[in-house]
Amino acid sequence: MFEDLLYVLGKYDTWLWRGFLLTIELLVISVTLGTLLAIPLAVARVSKKVWIQALPFAFIYVFRGTPLIGQLFMMYYGVGQLIANIDGIQDHWTWTYLRDPYWYCLLTFVLNTAAYVAEIMRGGIQNVPNGELEAARACGMSPSTTYRRIIFPRMWQMIWPAYTNDVIFTLKATSLASTVTMMELTGAARKIVARTALPYEAFISAGVIYLIIVYTLTFGFKGIERYLRRSEKRKEPKSGKPKAASA
Amino acid sequence: MKNWIKVASAAAVGIALSASVASAAWDKVVVATEGAYPPFNMMDDNGNLIGFDVDFAVKLCETAKIECEIVAQDWDGMIPGLLAKKYDAIIAQMSITEERKRSIDFSDYYSNTPAVFVGKDGMSITAYKDGEVIEDALDGMVIGVQRSTTHANFLEDNFPGIEIRMYGTQDEALLDLTAGRVDATLADSGTLEAWVNSDEGNGYGFVSNQFAPSQWFGEGAGIGIRKEDQDLKEIFNKALAEMLANGSYEELNKKYFPAIDLHPN
Repeated sequence: MFEDLLYVLGKYDTWLWRGFLLTIELLVISVTLGTLLAIPLAVARVSKKVWIQALPFAFIYVFRGTPLIGQLFMMYYGVGQLIANIDGIQDHWTWTYLRDPYWYCLLTFVLNTAAYVAEIMRGGIQNVPNGELEAARACGMSPSTTYRRIIFPRMWQMIWPAYTNDVIFTLKATSLASTVTMMELTGAARKIVARTALPYEAFISAGVIYLIIVYTLTFGFKGIERYLRRSEKRKEPKSGKPKAASA
Repeated sequence: MKNWIKVASAAAVGIALSASVASAAWDKVVVATEGAYPPFNMMDDNGNLIGFDVDFAVKLCETAKIECEIVAQDWDGMIPGLLAKKYDAIIAQMSITEERKRSIDFSDYYSNTPAVFVGKDGMSITAYKDGEVIEDALDGMVIGVQRSTTHANFLEDNFPGIEIRMYGTQDEALLDLTAGRVDATLADSGTLEAWVNSDEGNGYGFVSNQFAPSQWFGEGAGIGIRKEDQDLKEIFNKALAEMLANGSYEELNKKYFPAIDLHPN
């Protein structure tokens, strides 16, 4: 067993390394773009006007309500086929990108992450204490200033643990990329199994790498959480922690 | 221990028997096939055995000038029945494997559905020829293949520089071929022939020669015989070589698989 593990690590280290890099790349881009997209979605979602919140509501509902692998297949085989059937597209210079599974994968992950994060953010925004909003208004802050100086900072404080959780969820979701031919970490492990018939060794190797990534993420995000909550210790030492967003 | 004695004595008896009948032997041979693996071997409406394997067996015996009787045998009991001397040879698309070689012996391989590239009509790929891999044959192409297959291994081992897309099923690879997202796919010609001839495969076809180097694709199917019957193995190998040389094998091949070369190497 141990010898086999060393054999897998020694012979297929480049596969695992490349898989690791692709996993990290997919994770970082999905989370970054997904979060950026989630902010306007969440703000629109808490609007009291129905026509403003209807679209983000539908978007979030669909992406949270269907399995990610289904979304990935819809995007890659569904949308991909439609694009491929456009007249002349295969001779166009954009075809190099449009035929590549990478972009379909990334788009699916970004949208999926955006839907989840937007819903977490909605919870955070709605849980900002009313008193603080009233105080902001009393100070003469405009709605956008209120968002920038009061609501968002408070929201981040509250949603951070749930947000951390979602990032880890996205890390595991990237493993589905191998179903549309992207050889990320899980795909690499599968390939090693096909070659060596050593499933335990291959998946344990990949599993340990996932654990290291999760440990590093948790460690880093804990640090940011402390930073976000620095004001609590200074200003309200006895009031305890604010309620975490439930999401 | 007891088993060991049994095996040893059985082997001794076998050797003695075959030695004693060697000179007179094999004017009549009983051949078993499965009868449930179309189009290689199957039953017609009247329960007669037909198919490539059956025609091949008949032609082989004719070439070897021996009388043959063909019987049907369920797959599970195929090797036990041979060892119990219910019949003398198996012609049923049985792949030559190390595992089976521990209990029985095989003739030279007599059929092997080779690998082939499928792509848009008019394309031409020569990735393996005359026992040589042509390394730059796929440069700049995107090739789709089913993962965990011998075909995937062949591509990965020989064409490290190209982009290989691995799919869970061959159907997905074909879907992406028609979407233009892969330039060609490599798979078993038997599997691909039906697709190429279907509506979905319209405009696509075999775009390479067919090949099956055993290092990646195994040895193909052989005629199964008992280990002690080395003389029968010789007879079959000689007849097979003759059939390959005089074109009667090719004729059979064309009859059942017009587009596939069943004896590629």
